[in-house]
Amino acid sequence: MNYLLIFVPFIALVLVNLLPKKLRPISSFLVLLLILAAQSIFAALAPFGLIRAVGAVRMEHLFGFHLLIDNLSLLLLLSAGIVGFSALMVAWHSIKDEDDRFNFTNLLFILLIGMNGISMLRDLFSLYVFIEAIAVSTFIMILLYKAREAYEGALKYLILSVVASVMMLSSIALFIMFCGGTSFEVIKLSLVSSGALARIAIALFICGLFIKGGLVPFHGWLADAYTSAPAPVSVVLAGVVTKASGIFTLIRLLTAVIGFSPATKDLLLIIGAISIVIGALAALGQKDIKRMLAYSSISQMGYILVALGCGTRLGLIAAAFHFLNHAIFKSQLFANAAAVEEQTGSRDLGSLGGLAQKMPVTGITSAIASLSTAGIPPLSGFWSKLLIIIALWVSGNYFYAVIAVLASLLTLAYFLTLQREAFFGQVSVKVSSVTEASAGMLIPAVLLSAMTVGLGLVFPFVIKYFVR
Amino acid sequence: MGIEMSQMFWTFFIFFALLLVEGFYCIIVTYNFLRVLIGLELLMKAVTLFIIVAGYLSGNLALAQSIAITVIVIEVVVVVVAAGIIIGFFREYDSLNIKNARSMKG
Amino acid sequence: MNVLLLLLILMVLAGLWSILTSLLLRATIALALTSVLLTVVMFQMNAPLAAVFELSVCAGLISVVFISVISLTHRQPLKEYLARRQKRILRFWPLPVLLLVVGVGLSFVHRPVHIMLPHPTAFGDIRIMMWQLRRLDLFGQILVLLAGVYGVLILFRGNKNGN
Repeated sequence: MNYLLIFVPFIALVLVNLLPKKLRPISSFLVLLLILAAQSIFAALAPFGLIRAVGAVRMEHLFGFHLLIDNLSLLLLLSAGIVGFSALMVAWHSIKDEDDRFNFTNLLFILLIGMNGISMLRDLFSLYVFIEAIAVSTFIMILLYKAREAYEGALKYLILSVVASVMMLSSIALFIMFCGGTSFEVIKLSLVSSGALARIAIALFICGLFIKGGLVPFHGWLADAYTSAPAPVSVVLAGVVTKASGIFTLIRLLTAVIGFSPATKDLLLIIGAISIVIGALAALGQKDIKRMLAYSSISQMGYILVALGCGTRLGLIAAAFHFLNHAIFKSQLFANAAAVEEQTGSRDLGSLGGLAQKMPVTGITSAIASLSTAGIPPLSGFWSKLLIIIALWVSGNYFYAVIAVLASLLTLAYFLTLQREAFFGQVSVKVSSVTEASAGMLIPAVLLSAMTVGLGLVFPFVIKYFVR
Repeated sequence: MGIEMSQMFWTFFIFFALLLVEGFYCIIVTYNFLRVLIGLELLMKAVTLFIIVAGYLSGNLALAQSIAITVIVIEVVVVVVAAGIIIGFFREYDSLNIKNARSMKG
Repeated sequence: MNVLLLLLILMVLAGLWSILTSLLLRATIALALTSVLLTVVMFQMNAPLAAVFELSVCAGLISVVFISVISLTHRQPLKEYLARRQKRILRFWPLPVLLLVVGVGLSFVHRPVHIMLPHPTAFGDIRIMMWQLRRLDLFGQILVLLAGVYGVLILFRGNKNGN
């Protein structure tokens, strides 16, 4: 099963490209949709033991490398499946040109394979290669329409990403020298014996991950990239891609290799807290919907980092749950932003208003996602934030717990601004003739907000899934 | 690690650091996207050197070589994509100057 | 070791030249020269396969890419160029000084590092290493290359809107 997760999309990608030109866009869309749905269902059901038996088939001899699925991998597989599914649905309606649509599905295939690879790898250098595959397809995706303002975002991302690669590769070189290999077991073994240099190498790698994940000292590229990317691309970027190459890899390294030393915890807590506050403050002042969501995304990643910084099991569970929640509600908010932009032709909060009367479904789903992000019960975002705050409090980081609570008020503030300016209030002149978005745009939004509500309501059952 | 080995490592490390300084200086100071790309290339050269040095010193050359080859392939793809982006940028803005791109700060 | 030292010094100098020169074409040539010197260093270190890759791909292909980008984008009048050349000196004179300071400084702070090096792996052969132990990397490479192909298809295609 593990191998199928990367080989099926790969073979599908190759086959789809061999089809006659007329059939390509529709077939690639359908095939990818099927694969994403299958992956989501697999990842959602796997912990209940339904598909365990298939996973037991060992094929290492055939391929010569190991891919292991654990609960953490399932988290990323599930998020990738859900977000990819909604991005594809959005793309089908918002990308008008057939060639563009086909290119988008192809790149989404590559992103999917990359993320599935990252979720199951146990080798630092292979991890780097897959992260780079994701990064390259992201540069291209941002420029899918070759919009004028997208060039800046893409170039900034490219420059910072190469700098991050340089850091990660230096760290890999140090590991080759002092550990004799790059697989997780080898590094873990030699971390015990060697001192300062190994720590420098780890610090370099984590720094590179922070850049790729767009955390605060290195967040410059993220807002530009998210804002200028085409609508479906920002759904998939914000929902899962930057998290897969940044935060997820960090969680994987922390749990499988480095462990939680006091210095690591402090670093995570400080960076996380700064990200939370700066992201929220920056979001408060934005007039562009997508830019506001991008800064909000930085702030939410800060929450995940702070939860990790507890270093406890509860913190890890909270981080994992918030990771999934963030994938759901952030991709939904971006899908809503796409619907608004599609129907009104504008993302400027100043010129919108009263959209809830014209686009009721978009209005309601966006309200649900916003409230979930801000942590209002009984939505799923509430539970993960509650877990994060409890984890911080229990582990004795009272100061950070207070910051997390206060920042969630800020979150509420900017989302209320967003809702008031865009969806409620007077119907502005510009939107007087607007109609509801097409069904294809609404399906992912409704699906995702149903997930938000559902996860929140059945939380006591879901939590078991994360505790394991 | 013996004294002699350690000295060799330090010598190589100095050259690695010098190349890094060159690359970062170039990225920070220049206004031309092509020159930024040249700076990035210098950084990648430095890292490739460092990987091979790591293999050379520790006797793991096979591993270091296979990793260096992968890095080189990735580097080329990134450079080609960057070149495509730069050409597109030039078509839009009719210049390669970074300052032109600073239109949408937030 | 002495040969290596000389080559490395030359490499840093070539890198310096590629940054300081005011003509982009010359900078590209200097970059290729850096690459060639790196190739020789790799040969000296017994890494012939990586060296061949570096030579053909970095010194060759990347130079071609750079030169084609320059020829597609560069149209600068001579006067402007001469004016800018004066300004460049102001911006770039600190670099050689910085390099000297960093180099000399680092060579003084050296402390011997005492770390047990790991034993070399049993798989000394690069072919076995690449094709049997690091197959996943090869798969990743194919992925990156595929992404690059789509990049070329999308980015180098002319604008559909006709401008």
